[in-house]
Amino acid sequence: MSAPTPKRHQASGSFSGGFSWAMARDLRLAWRHPDEAVLTVAFFALVASLFPLGIGAEPQLLARIGPGVIWVGALLAAFLALPGLFAADYADGSLEQMTLSPHPALGWAAGKVAAHWIVSGLPLTLLSPLIGLQYGLAPDTLGVQALSLLIGTPVLSLLGGACAALALGARGGGMLLALLALPLFVPVLIFGAGAAEAQATGLSAAPHLSLLGAALIAALVGLPVAVGAAVRIAVD
Amino acid sequence: MTSRHRSGAPDVLQVRDLACRRGPALLFSGIDFEVAGGELLCVRGPNGCGKTTLLRCVTGLTRPDEGTILWRGEPAQTDPERMRSGTAYAGHLPSLKDDLSAEENLEFALRLRGVATTAEERREALAAVGLEKRRRIPARRLSAGQRRRIGLARLALDPADLWVLDEPLTALDDAGQELFVDLLDRHLAGGGLALAATHHRLAPASGVVRELRLA
Repeated sequence: MSAPTPKRHQASGSFSGGFSWAMARDLRLAWRHPDEAVLTVAFFALVASLFPLGIGAEPQLLARIGPGVIWVGALLAAFLALPGLFAADYADGSLEQMTLSPHPALGWAAGKVAAHWIVSGLPLTLLSPLIGLQYGLAPDTLGVQALSLLIGTPVLSLLGGACAALALGARGGGMLLALLALPLFVPVLIFGAGAAEAQATGLSAAPHLSLLGAALIAALVGLPVAVGAAVRIAVD
Repeated sequence: MTSRHRSGAPDVLQVRDLACRRGPALLFSGIDFEVAGGELLCVRGPNGCGKTTLLRCVTGLTRPDEGTILWRGEPAQTDPERMRSGTAYAGHLPSLKDDLSAEENLEFALRLRGVATTAEERREALAAVGLEKRRRIPARRLSAGQRRRIGLARLALDPADLWVLDEPLTALDDAGQELFVDLLDRHLAGGGLALAATHHRLAPASGVVRELRLA
């Protein structure tokens, strides 16, 4: 057998290297196995469509509960893919290799969360105006609703990612993850749903959106670091 | 033999007075050893004596309870990034994705190591470990030995000076074992260091082979 190429490269790590590595790999895996992403979107559409069937199709009532129902549906749908976010990498040893990589943990942690958002939060955001139409929301409310999801779902992915990393290795990890993550999602839900509701009742949605934006910035700064630290503890 | 990295310090791994506990049980204590360029240290001992834990301590995955690990004369914790870019770890877990092909697995494994390779180099490395025809097949359809061979191709392309290998011969057939010893031989001849936990006898043609027995 012929000899492999002689070694001549020098390993080097960077934030962008780790970020693009994690995002490219997770997106390719999601593309190979689209069922999880499809399940997320289908779950969201189904939950949102079941409410009118359950409580009656009274237009005023639907317009009143619409923003809240859409947000709760999006929140639960975004939660669906969380248990597998780090568990698969933990089980097959990828997390060990990631911890030992010269790329800083911040990079690949952020990349994995970004990939999670692209296959869960982003499609939910894009679908939300369609669901909103079912509830008879006004066009401006639909816009604010989508905007609140666009700012809010990355916060869910970041919070959920940190919780998923913390729940690694624990028995009954899925249950623990739900107990850990769902309470943390509550403020995001309140301000997210509040934005569209304020718009619908003629108030300004700006305060809600600003608070969501502030939460996003805080989450972006703090949570990838937390994910990296939690993973390091989990592989020890 | 010359060291291949650019900084001035010689390639040497020094472990001083290492001790590790797992729960209440003391796994090992007072472990002292040194591995220099061109040397292979085989860690031996019965099952459960802490071989894997010792290797994981050296890579930095597990925090030892006592002792220091010096890489090129400096404590590994002071510059973990330098330690990590100089170390290739092959543990029990394969870190392969079943849905990706051998080629993709190798590409992502090397990108994670911060090593830039061309598709041609990766194809050659896979051909050298006998996976040329199977390189586009999802890893889930490869046998255990073939999956280990992807790991060999990764080692062949990784420029790390220190190899930390946990049972590197598991699941490999005779030809695969020969391939590995050949690879190890070339690594040691190039001034590389290796630390391996194994129950097999490793006898690369070049390099100094030493043993560490864990009780």
